[in-house]
Order: sequence, then C-alpha cells, then structure tokens
Amino acid sequence: MQMALNDQEIDRIIGALLRFGVVLSAAVVAAGGIWYLVQFGTRAPGYHVFRGEPEYLRHLGGLVTGVRGFNCLGIIQLGLVLLIATPVARVAFTVVAFALARDRTYVAITLFVLAVLLFSLTGLVSG
Amino acid sequence: MNVFELTTLVGVISLAAGFLGALTGLGGGVVITPVMVLALGVDLHYAMGAALVSVIATSSGAAAAYVREGFSNIRIGMLLEIATTTGAICGAYAAAKISPSFLAVVFGAVLLQAAWMSTRGHAATLPNQPDDPLANRLRLNGIFPATDGPRSYKVSHVKAGFSLMFVAGALSGLLGIGSGALKVIAMDRVMRIPFKVSTTTSNFMIGVTAAASAGVYLNRGYIDPGLTMPVVLGVLGGSVLGAHWLPRAPTKVLRRVFAVVVCALAVEMIYSGITGRL
Repeated sequence: MQMALNDQEIDRIIGALLRFGVVLSAAVVAAGGIWYLVQFGTRAPGYHVFRGEPEYLRHLGGLVTGVRGFNCLGIIQLGLVLLIATPVARVAFTVVAFALARDRTYVAITLFVLAVLLFSLTGLVSG
Repeated sequence: MNVFELTTLVGVISLAAGFLGALTGLGGGVVITPVMVLALGVDLHYAMGAALVSVIATSSGAAAAYVREGFSNIRIGMLLEIATTTGAICGAYAAAKISPSFLAVVFGAVLLQAAWMSTRGHAATLPNQPDDPLANRLRLNGIFPATDGPRSYKVSHVKAGFSLMFVAGALSGLLGIGSGALKVIAMDRVMRIPFKVSTTTSNFMIGVTAAASAGVYLNRGYIDPGLTMPVVLGVLGGSVLGAHWLPRAPTKVLRRVFAVVVCALAVEMIYSGITGRL
C-alpha cells in the first residue's frame, strides 16, 4: 500500500487539529462566559423547567446573527459549536488520509460517517 | 441563588467530576447529569445537553495526547462509527419522545453498569480466538506497540461488536453520555481487541459519537450556553489536572470511591424516576 502521508505524520496532524479545536473553543466559550456573567450574573437562573433554547441558538445561521450582534450567549454557543465541530474535522481529515492512501473501502466508510455527522449538525434530521 | 452563584457551583462540581473522571477512566460527563438534576434541580434535558458537550471536550483533549502513542486503530474506529453515529441519532431522536422518568431509570441502570465495569479488571491474556473472515476482508487486524516491541492482533466477532456499538451509540444519544464503558466491552470482550487499543480507540469514537448526538441536541434546544459553559470549562480543566496527577494518584482507592459515588447516584436516579419526581 502506497501512503502519501505516513502514519506518524497523520497522527501528528490529527493531534494538532484536536488540540487546536479544543483550545480555540475553550477560549471562545470562556470569553463569552465572562461577558455573560458580567451582564447577567445577578439574575435568577431558569433551568428547572425545560423551555428549549431560542431559535437563534439552535441553528448555525442564527448563531452567525447572534455573534454579529455581539450577543454573549451567541458567542458561548459559537465556542460550543466549534467544540462539536472538532471531531467532525477529524473525520473529514481521515477521509483525505484514506483517499491519499487509495483505500476506497475506507474512503466510503468514512464519508458515510461524515455524512451522518453533517446531517445531524445541519439539522436535517432534527425532526 | 443567582446566575453567578449557580455558574460557580456548577463549575466547581464539573472540575471535580473531570478530575475524578480522568483519574478513574470513567469519564467526568457521566456523573454531571445526575448531580445537576438531583442536587440542583436542573431539567434533565438541559443537564444532558451540557454533559454531552463536555464529553466531546474530554474525548478530543485526551485523544490529542494518546494519538501519538500509536495505540488506536483508525480502521476499527471508523467502521464502528457507522454503527455508533446512526445509533446516536436514533437515540437523540428518541430522547424527545420518551418521558424523563423513564430516561432517569435507564440512566441509573447505565451508571450501575459503568461503576461495575470500573471496579473490574480486564483479561490480561486473551484465549485463542476464532478468525473472523470479515476482519481480514476489512483489514481490521493491526499492530500495537507493546512493552516488548510491536505485537500484532486479530479481531473477532465483527458483526456482534458492530451491533453492540449501535446500542452504545443509541444510549449516548438517548442520555447525553459518551458510553465509553459499553464501547470498551464491545471491543475488549466481544471483538477481542487488546485492552489498550480498545480504550484509546473507544476514546476517539466517543467524541465522534457525541458529536452526532450533539447536532440533534443543538437543534432541539437542549444545549443552553449559560449552563454548558461552566460544565465544559470545569470538566476540561479537571481532566487536564487529573491527567497531570495520574502517575502519582492512588487510582485503586479512587476508583473504588468513585464507583460508590456513581452507584449512589444511580440508585437515586432510578428512585427519582420511579417515584416520578423528575
């Protein structure tokens, strides 16, 4: 089997990708969180009853609007979505690695997993 | 209690859970949901959403450290991800249709299983295994760096492991957990993959499985940024501290203590579910 990238290189890239995703999202969440506490710290929390999040915090499109408007909850949610996207990016990278190795079976398998993840994230299967 | 106090409290609990989770290998997310529901009166769906996102954080954080050691098997992981991600979406979909009382009982049962698993060791030497032709065809057999040099291993019972992974994924989506304990059973006990390969591959799979559930949770409005923020940052900080302290930690004692805590939470969850307090 001819590998365009060797295993150590792939592992190194994946490790760096995961670290970058976690650190970046934690920083965004922390920044939004501090702002949130400054703004709403003295309010009464309302988590006893489930009401569901407002529409703009549920979809990627809405999040963009929230972040543009410098909404602190929107910024935290952006950080959380970055965190959720980290393993998705890893799977996407694995597709490329298998494709470079000309491993068709595993390109197909990995693409299927990637498709399931993207369907879930884009809300096509939220029902 | 105002938002600031609640955030601080949830952050401290999550820090402790992440710390103990890293030391015991049970993962921190699994205890956060019952603690928030039982002690702080948080709605089950919000608690599940917050814990689920924290599971992704610890999985990615730990995988970044493990990946260089060459233990995890990407082929096995990817193949089984087909089962766990589709299972996760089915579970996450079902979570909205099932009553919180029933969810609490299932949660309790899963906690009991995880606690039981954590106190038991694993088979050090595996008996002769039947060759699975499917494993050969899919080139799942691999090599891992053992203490005495690279050692090769074969994978058996691919179909049974795959089915069990669907269940693990469904529970992950249903309860907002990583279901690492069940994943390790499927790989270690059923597919007869070496323990170290099972745990690291499972860890990598947990993040991908949880991401599949998290998409549905996000669209459903289960992920509240204000509540999830201290959980994610707390668990992440706790697991980093735990990983640092791990070489000097009395893991055997800790594992037993943590198992008792998890059992107590499990019983309380089941009781709350049956009496309809949730």
